[in-house]
Amino acid sequence: MIEFSIWDIFRNLLLAGRWTVTLSLTAFIGGGLVGLLLLVGRLWATRAAVPGAQKAALVVSRLLDGYIVLFQGTPLLMQLFLAYFGLALFGINVPAWVAAAVALTFYTSAYLAEIWRGCVDAIPKGQWEAAQSLAMNFGEQLRHIVLPQAIRIAVPPTVGFLVQVIKGTALASVIGFMELTKVGTMITNATFKPFLVYSCVALMYFMLCFPVSMVARMLEKKLRNGR
Amino acid sequence: MDANLNSDKTLVEISQLRKSFGSNEVLKGIDLDVKAGEVIAIIGKSGSGKSTLLRCINGLEVFQSGSLRVDGKHLLHDNAQVMRELRQRVGMIFQSFNLFPHLTVGKNIMLAPTLVKKTAGASAEEHARSLLQRVGLAEKFDAWPDQLSGGQQQRVAIARALAMQPSVLLCDEITSALDPELVGEVLQVVESLASEGMTLLMVTHEMNFARKVCDRVVFMHQGRVHEIGAPDEVFSHPKTPELKQFLGMIQ
Repeated sequence: MIEFSIWDIFRNLLLAGRWTVTLSLTAFIGGGLVGLLLLVGRLWATRAAVPGAQKAALVVSRLLDGYIVLFQGTPLLMQLFLAYFGLALFGINVPAWVAAAVALTFYTSAYLAEIWRGCVDAIPKGQWEAAQSLAMNFGEQLRHIVLPQAIRIAVPPTVGFLVQVIKGTALASVIGFMELTKVGTMITNATFKPFLVYSCVALMYFMLCFPVSMVARMLEKKLRNGR
Repeated sequence: MDANLNSDKTLVEISQLRKSFGSNEVLKGIDLDVKAGEVIAIIGKSGSGKSTLLRCINGLEVFQSGSLRVDGKHLLHDNAQVMRELRQRVGMIFQSFNLFPHLTVGKNIMLAPTLVKKTAGASAEEHARSLLQRVGLAEKFDAWPDQLSGGQQQRVAIARALAMQPSVLLCDEITSALDPELVGEVLQVVESLASEGMTLLMVTHEMNFARKVCDRVVFMHQGRVHEIGAPDEVFSHPKTPELKQFLGMIQ
């Protein structure tokens, strides 16, 4: 048995915490971008497609809905397994962190697209119609009228979802990605002090998530009061 | 306004226009010509298709058959460029105002001209200020929509539509969401537009106003133009039992 002081445990966990943060940020930025594409694709299909393009719009809309249902309807753990082991079956050897980043990006994008769709749906139909009547095209309607209003209501649930993503990165430990949980398990195996070590791990997650929740709550309050 | 110069010109030509929502046909072959400078009221029971007809004219609703021309140009739903040009000619004012709540009054008016017509910022602002003056809200340029009364919001919406310099203005029950004491100020603006020669098509329940201001009144019933004529004729000598009944209900 190796002797670990509390400081040793913390130091190692902090170092591993960097990877949890990196993975969270990657998932969030990647998921945000893909989610935005999904959102715009679905909006185009339901709102902007001209009558002649209704068939194409329907296909696009079905595909995007399918993507979202698929990633919302399967456990993140399975998505991680599939990204890690599944790609290996095709001869593509992906490092654990790539598999984790890809799986979390897909997962995040599906949820964000759905959250944001709800926010866009909350904007009254009359706003689209007024913008249309003023001869704005779909892009202008979205950029100048609908998104600025939707973003306001989207900030609290989006930041709230970031907390879910941070906690979700713990699952990447099962494919061997050296983030907080994985390193915690390794230290436990070396020290035989699971309660102490996992308490420290939990504390680290809390230190990451709590400020984010606070920011979400603050933003919610601010947006409710201001314009 | 150039509308006065050639007042015989037909601005809106609608022929055999049919529109269904699913299996429910709401417009069953509408024929209507509107001359430049003409003011037309469309009346009828709810569900008679009057709002749908109005919304077809600027492409907010897609119709299945028939043709619609504004200023001689066909409305083509599939052609984004044609629709963009058509919508610059056709302004619309809504029952629920639909001002953009995240923009100030001035920005509400200036946005579309700067985006669509590429009007430079300074001249767009000048135009916006003069339009606000015209609807009696010169001092509200920097106000936010939610700081205004319903009547003021609707007048801003009128200014916003006028900023695109349309040749026709569609008004969809624009006073129906207003408190009774605020109706007058909006109708006054509409009346001044009419007297300046603006072509107006309005769906309205304000029969007295229609009688006073309009050149022609269209009575719609079950998706058809049931009766059409000068206000005196339509209101004082209704020919069909449906119109008689409708007017009886109102008075």
